[in-house]
Amino acid sequence: MSTAAPPVLELSDAAFGYDGRPVISHVDLTVARGEVVAVLGPNGSGKTTLVTGLLGLSQHLSGDVQVLGTPLARLTDRTRLGYVPQRHTLSGGVRATVTEVVSTGLLAGRPWWRPAGRADRKAVQEALEAVGLADRARFDVETLSGGQRRRVLIARALVARPEVIVMDEPTAGVDRASQRVLAGVLQRLGRGGTTMLVVTHELAALRGVVDRIVEIDTGRVTFDGPPQGYAEHRARYARSAGRGAA
Amino acid sequence: MSEMLALDFMRNALLAALVVGLAAPMVGIFLVQRRLSLIGDGLGHVALAGVAIGVITDSAPVWTALVAAVLGGAAIELVRARGRTSGDIALALMFYGGIAAGVVVINKVDGTQTANLTGYLFGAITTTTRADVVLFAVLCAVVVVVVTVLRQRLFAVAGDEEYARASGLPVLALNIALSILTAVTIVVAMRVIGLLLISALMIIPNAAAQQVSRSFRAASWWGVVLGIVSSVGGVVTSYYADTASGGTVVLLAIGIFVAAALAGAARRAIAGSRHRHAERHPHEHGPGCGHEAVTHGDHVDYLHDGHRHAAHEGHYDEHSADPPDAAHTLEDREEVPR
Repeated sequence: MSTAAPPVLELSDAAFGYDGRPVISHVDLTVARGEVVAVLGPNGSGKTTLVTGLLGLSQHLSGDVQVLGTPLARLTDRTRLGYVPQRHTLSGGVRATVTEVVSTGLLAGRPWWRPAGRADRKAVQEALEAVGLADRARFDVETLSGGQRRRVLIARALVARPEVIVMDEPTAGVDRASQRVLAGVLQRLGRGGTTMLVVTHELAALRGVVDRIVEIDTGRVTFDGPPQGYAEHRARYARSAGRGAA
Repeated sequence: MSEMLALDFMRNALLAALVVGLAAPMVGIFLVQRRLSLIGDGLGHVALAGVAIGVITDSAPVWTALVAAVLGGAAIELVRARGRTSGDIALALMFYGGIAAGVVVINKVDGTQTANLTGYLFGAITTTTRADVVLFAVLCAVVVVVVTVLRQRLFAVAGDEEYARASGLPVLALNIALSILTAVTIVVAMRVIGLLLISALMIIPNAAAQQVSRSFRAASWWGVVLGIVSSVGGVVTSYYADTASGGTVVLLAIGIFVAAALAGAARRAIAGSRHRHAERHPHEHGPGCGHEAVTHGDHVDYLHDGHRHAAHEGHYDEHSADPPDAAHTLEDREEVPR
């Protein structure tokens, strides 16, 4: 991984939380361009608070956070960060097609009075091709499987061509066939040089995609290193906890 | 029909019904999307307090109702944005405070005669004047223009507020804009179908449209068409049947909803019996999936052990190898030539 380019994310002693109360604190983390980082940890560990903090959805309480070389508070062009939330419904209480949902990813990048142009339609088409859903562009999103819906959300994040993509549990609740397709999509993006921060429970589904693992537990970073080192870390943890397997 | 159109007040009534039938579903679809179908009802309650202020101060109730409803609409969004659990209680206080104050004040001024109050609560379309119709048309034009320009943004925020905020859209401003559009629509519809029934015309035509469409775009158009049919049709029916116009409009809208729901169910049943599902398989067909892709009319089939699989909703259909016939269009992808 080249360190010559400025890091995409640079956090030092950062804390994030809600209503002034920190959920996660003392985070030191540097992510270089092109890295694919898995953020692991049990429920309630603070991993989602960390990534949503980068998106401005939870509060940045203290410490220094630089996103794409700009302090977080002064990052005005939010389209440089893509976000794939954990969702089950994609369009609220109404029907919508795959294209209609993906098109919303472009709205923040153009003035409110300008309708979508030809370049926008082309970008939507390309994003759908990137996630392998071009043949389902006009399907009602409610008819898609869980894995296909996740890919719609990934396409919505990709369509604005962000420099970093933050994903919250992209493989959760997705059947195995769709997980394989999803892992393939993430692998292609990673090889194409997209920087990704993936919050997940299921490391197995992302085997071969992830370059680095950050583990968070009870509001602290408890591991930061390559996937091989993580297995040793878990084994050590399991021994010290006096259990056979983690 | 010509006899009805010869009456001045009926011409005004029909024009008012037309603009209301157009504007209400256009705004209402976003309330359906946000699952806030009853917010219009609450704003109608607040508007009654505005009417009461107009009655006391002897000024035009439409304007005071408009001010009250717009302020109420903005307040709802600010309360919701703070996300406190007490917000729900705050909305209840506002809504019921509004209607209670309205009833007390209007009754006090009118004495025991409550015809005026009933007119605002349930609609008094035949009292609509030419000046009212002009005002309604102007307000309705504002609603149509704003919704048309902001359509995609309102769709994005109503569909996934968290993502909209993360992507940098002005979520609070768009929500307040929708709330104000709702308030304006309510005041326009106040005379036609009444403050207690107005929410119905924003919601029910859209609920019916959801039964027969497969995209947001199509559903928006159907909502407007069904809204106009309900409101104009309801006023015409109430003239001949000598019934209350507001209630007639809403009952007609419900009748259309039932018909649309039945039509949607029938279409699904027919489509289900006319196409063959492929065997279930865990593999997902897609570009580069290892199966040969064959263009078939407007879509792509994948060659799977000698037969052709086409993605349809949550499963795959068996498509035959014959060239697609003329009837095989995107709208009827269920039709499989045998």
